[in-house]
Amino acid sequence: MIKAILIFNNHGKPRLIRFYEYFAEDVQQQIIRETFHLVSKRDDNVCNFLEGGSLIGGSDYKLIYRHYATLYFVFCVDSSESELGILDLIQVFVETLDKCFENVCELDLIFHMDKGGFSAAPARAVSAVKNINLPEMPRNINIGDINIKVPSLSPF
Amino acid sequence: MALKIVKGSIDRMFDKNLQDLVRGIRNHKEDEAKYISTCIDEIKQELKQDNIAVKSNAVCKLTYLQMLGYDVSWAAFNIVEVMSSSKFTYKRIGYLAASQCFHESTDVIMLTTNQIRKDLSSPNQYDTGVALTGLSCFVTPDLARDLANDIMTLMSHTKPYIRKKAVLIMYKVFLKYPESLRPAFPRMKEKLEDPDPGVQSAAVNVICELARRNPKNYLSLAPLFFKLMTSSTNNWVLIKIIKLFGALTPLEPRLGKKLIEPLTNLIHSTSAMSLLYECVNTVIAVLISLSSGMPNHSASIQLCVQKLRILIEDSDQNLKYLGLLAMSKILKTHPKSVQSHKDLILQCLDDKDESIRLRALDLLYGMVSKKNLMEIVKKLMLHVDKAEGTTYRDELLTKIIDICSQSNYQYITNFEWYISILVELTRLEGTRHGHLIASQMLDVAIRVKAIRAFAVAQMATLLDNAHLLTGNTQHSGICEVLYAAAWICGEFSEHLEDPMATLEAMLRPKVATLPGHIQAVYVQNAAKLFSTVLCGQEGAPADSKVAQETSQLLIDRLPVFVQSDNLEVQERASCILQLVKYIQKLQQKDVEVAEEVTALFAGELNPVAPKAQKKVPVPEGLDLDAWINEPPSGSESEDEGRKTKGKAVFAKEESRHTKPRYTEVDEKELAKRREVRKAEQANNPFYIKASPSSQKVYQEAVGVEHIPVVQIDLSVPLKVPDQYVKLEEERREKNKTDRKKKDKKKRREKGRQRRGDSGPESEEDITPAHMVDIVTEEMPENALPSDDDDKDPNDPHKALNIDLDKPLADSEKKLPVRTHRPDEVLKSPIEDAEGLEVTSEPKKKSRKEKKDKESKKDKEKKKKKHKQEEGEDLMEAGSEEPVQSKVTNDVAAQPPASTPEASDLDFWLSNAPVPSDPQEAAAVTDAPPASTPDAASGVAAVVPDSEPEETKSSKHKKKKQKREKDKKKKHHHHHHHSDGAREESVQNGTVEDEEPLPPMSNYALLAENSYIKMMKQDADEVCDIQGNLHDGSQVVVSVIFENKCDSFIKSMEFNVMDSLNSKLQRPEGAGPHDSLTVPFHLPPGISNEARFIFSVQSIVMPQKLKGTLTFIVKTEDSSTHEKLDFKLHFTCTSYLITTPCYSDAYAKLLESGDLKGSSLKLEGINQPFHHLLARICFHHHFSVVERIDSCASMYSRSIQGHHVCLLVKTADQTVSIDAKCDEPGLLRNVLDEIKLTFSQC
Repeated sequence: MIKAILIFNNHGKPRLIRFYEYFAEDVQQQIIRETFHLVSKRDDNVCNFLEGGSLIGGSDYKLIYRHYATLYFVFCVDSSESELGILDLIQVFVETLDKCFENVCELDLIFHMDKGGFSAAPARAVSAVKNINLPEMPRNINIGDINIKVPSLSPF
Repeated sequence: MALKIVKGSIDRMFDKNLQDLVRGIRNHKEDEAKYISTCIDEIKQELKQDNIAVKSNAVCKLTYLQMLGYDVSWAAFNIVEVMSSSKFTYKRIGYLAASQCFHESTDVIMLTTNQIRKDLSSPNQYDTGVALTGLSCFVTPDLARDLANDIMTLMSHTKPYIRKKAVLIMYKVFLKYPESLRPAFPRMKEKLEDPDPGVQSAAVNVICELARRNPKNYLSLAPLFFKLMTSSTNNWVLIKIIKLFGALTPLEPRLGKKLIEPLTNLIHSTSAMSLLYECVNTVIAVLISLSSGMPNHSASIQLCVQKLRILIEDSDQNLKYLGLLAMSKILKTHPKSVQSHKDLILQCLDDKDESIRLRALDLLYGMVSKKNLMEIVKKLMLHVDKAEGTTYRDELLTKIIDICSQSNYQYITNFEWYISILVELTRLEGTRHGHLIASQMLDVAIRVKAIRAFAVAQMATLLDNAHLLTGNTQHSGICEVLYAAAWICGEFSEHLEDPMATLEAMLRPKVATLPGHIQAVYVQNAAKLFSTVLCGQEGAPADSKVAQETSQLLIDRLPVFVQSDNLEVQERASCILQLVKYIQKLQQKDVEVAEEVTALFAGELNPVAPKAQKKVPVPEGLDLDAWINEPPSGSESEDEGRKTKGKAVFAKEESRHTKPRYTEVDEKELAKRREVRKAEQANNPFYIKASPSSQKVYQEAVGVEHIPVVQIDLSVPLKVPDQYVKLEEERREKNKTDRKKKDKKKRREKGRQRRGDSGPESEEDITPAHMVDIVTEEMPENALPSDDDDKDPNDPHKALNIDLDKPLADSEKKLPVRTHRPDEVLKSPIEDAEGLEVTSEPKKKSRKEKKDKESKKDKEKKKKKHKQEEGEDLMEAGSEEPVQSKVTNDVAAQPPASTPEASDLDFWLSNAPVPSDPQEAAAVTDAPPASTPDAASGVAAVVPDSEPEETKSSKHKKKKQKREKDKKKKHHHHHHHSDGAREESVQNGTVEDEEPLPPMSNYALLAENSYIKMMKQDADEVCDIQGNLHDGSQVVVSVIFENKCDSFIKSMEFNVMDSLNSKLQRPEGAGPHDSLTVPFHLPPGISNEARFIFSVQSIVMPQKLKGTLTFIVKTEDSSTHEKLDFKLHFTCTSYLITTPCYSDAYAKLLESGDLKGSSLKLEGINQPFHHLLARICFHHHFSVVERIDSCASMYSRSIQGHHVCLLVKTADQTVSIDAKCDEPGLLRNVLDEIKLTFSQC
């Protein structure tokens, strides 16, 4: 199960936050801050897993993250998820955003937060995005067709 | 300026949208909070407007602010308003906001029930989708219960997009409303074979998630998952399934055997790292589960370790990390195979990535042996020295201690070395783990007697250099070490070389800056040292002067402690001060006092196990809660105060449990014990007494003032005390040569000529430096062995521990539907949202009932177990073959079929095409042919006649009992009444003591012969409610097949003659007369359900379809083809689906005048009105719209969208039904069928 998806920038500013379990707003911010603190001090060439510890959920949970340009994509998952699978999922997610916004950058998320919120939605709960059939899924991911439907919406 | 004003007014005219808000926040970086608070004010204004567009825009902005950490729960009602907007764009915003900020205690959630239900059944798939997505985030137990049925229906939606979401959300529903699991599970299982890969993987995900928490309930699904595993090419699904198998194998070792082959194949063939990794993980799990039974899997282990090594050697840090993680799992059961990769793991300790280093540390823990412990610790000490962050350094420190102390110091051969390591560790600055080191020192010193002299010497040095530890600050935890040092020096002071110097060190004025509890120990142990000094002095009576000086020293120094602000220090100090003063007086009179002073501290302190106190059994007849004296009547409040105080003291004491305690034993008892211990030690060959020679006499006491204070440079790197390592090595070398010499002698004696060295040292060759008597901790007699149950009682998954293999009782076929009280007129939510009222009462009751049920189930399980055991006994007694291979035994001894599914599984497992792995095959060669028949006959022998009739009757009995129970507790029949869903809606509103309803079943006997029985449920499910009026209509027929004979039935094929109107849906490519294979076999006594889909053209007329079932009956020596004919009767009610309807909509429908009427009169009906309604609801798929006294309106809808309305009235045993429908033919037939139903009873 994915417990939370956090996207924040290099300064720890939340850009897209999705919790699949209820936390009060202040707790959410606390979690974001701590996660940012943990993740930001790691080099780019170290591994992408972090033991969540007391942060959310306890020892069964892991933080799995990727760093793209100015954004950190952090997934908090429990032991029923495959670690490498989630890494691929993040990649898929980013590619989805890329397709939605054509060359996604941080500003897209800032200004289209509502759309992002919904493209994150399919990734929700038991990672429904998993209907993508990946021929191969090692770290240098090259995923073919993506089956997530983000309904095209009229701007507000 | 003017432009600005214009712009401002325009801003006001056109409200800010989300983009503007974001832009605004970015432009007001310096006063963001202020800007946002003005924005929130604006939003509040916008929310007051009636325009839904403005509102949704405001809510949209709120979602953004919520993300930034602002509480927006005050807008919850507005969010509900936006959710109920009919326009998708707004609805979506509403649901997004709800999913972000609603939670279980949000009270407006209960207003949403009907809105969500409406959205779920919306014709627009995106409406449904958005409702499902939102619901997943804020589903509450009430919502789950109310909507479970709707979501279950959506699981069979035509659009995979909806099916997928519905399947996923069922998981959340199960969590919140565990009662729904059993009824919904068959359909969930069905979805495992959904044609759409997305839906399939969603179902796999949900079941895996469920199974992970309660694996034993899902064992019976193993064959199905196995099939999926071997057929699926979707890596995501494969990973999940393989993970699931990892959770299942510990429960069923035979499953593991079956798995190894396909998993090994996958490992060899896949190129996806993630899949490879999960396969390796599961193989490891399998090997762990097998490790007890079959040790012969070295090839598989080798393969795993090999693959993991590749991962660890990879340059990708992620793979390296995971490799180490998996390696640590192997370590537990197969440490040998991991140990050979020690080089690699030590290499990982040097990695720049902290996570990887931590993983490598974990591995080291299991890799140490007597031989390499010193080497590894040496390496770790180097790392401690190099470590930068304190957290990592602390982690290293705890690991070093863990590694050394594991399994009761098993790997330590030289405790001197260990003590010196501990002392080295105290040099660490700013560590939090001072107390850990301290407790280790205490533990070793107390329990390893031989080491005491050495430990005391080291501790004395520590005390002497105490200023180094406390040097810079109070807050460093390392001063805890002094606590241990002081205690050890005091308690074992007879080993001290220079007790006087140590005493002096302990009484330095600087000690007063230490934490209170350490000072207390200092003071107490100063007294012990004092007694030792006296003892030593009096051996040489000439030097009574020294003794007196010592007393003077104490008298001089103790007053500092008497003034301490710590109570305990103060108390002890003043007590001891008085004592010393008294002794001094005696000394001046030249009285010998040493002996009496030592008597103060006589006796030995034994280590007490941490949990010992808790485990002292309460003696019989002792009531701890009883008053010892009658409580004084007047001073209750004061008493209360005292009690709490007492508690606090006690609690504090408890927290320091691990400290050795003074046991209060009188002198006599003590002497006796000592005698016993001595006798024991004398008989114990491993016990070497501590040499008493260390007690030396000291003539001189050094003056305090003259002690040079040496500052040790802290920047000097930590040094592993090489001397001890060297000493140890030398010793080992010596031992070896000694042994060689001996060997040589022996060889010579035997006259044999063998050449070559004895090879590398083996584990046994290393003898410990001392024969160490590690004293075990004391436990009280009769201590209860049970350990604390540390399972979390609040775990939501506990409630989901539900036996899914038990066939569904009729009562469970449908989820209970909760509607509102029938006397309360149903209204659309928009008109009156407040009208929705969820009674919480039944919920509680249902919980209670559930408990009852669970306990019942437990009992059953126990019974089953008992049965199995009996079976095993029987089996063992009956097995006459004296020599059987282990595996044969294994299989034969498996519990015989006591439950249908279990036997199914057993069959599948025992049919395992046993291992292809050559190694393994070699081990089992004689097994496979023997095992299968063996198992089969075993099954037959133990459960010879589990006839279906019998089980059925017992089921009936159970049901009856249940009903009786229900009667007793009248209000219970709200939920689990055996009669299922429909009348629930009626019953909710009826008076409580109305008599319960008779059982009803939708299953009708289809055909039966001596072999097999078919039961049909008339079209219980209809798909495609909207659109596709004439070609997409489907009817699902569930057929239960029950094997009535003692033989195995297989290759069942189901065929129906298609009519013009109805056709059996066959897979693509099959001809119109081909039969469908029933996807299961039936072992004796088993029933299973299959579903067949028919497409129907016209639903106006009832129909009969002729069909045949062919199957093969397989007995042990022969198999015969059999055939069974049946007729499928499709009634018109089969085409109706229960659809709820609001009274206002119902009124409109009747007003519209499109409907044609018809009526029916039934005479001589003498059942209560609510039974009557329940019957119509249940058998004919209607729902009650409104009920007033003996009059009710009902509604249903056909799969092709025809409305059917009924007005049912009753008076004097006469029931009149007025009906209206837009399709008169359908209506006529439905009424005929209703008439038939009532004529039958």
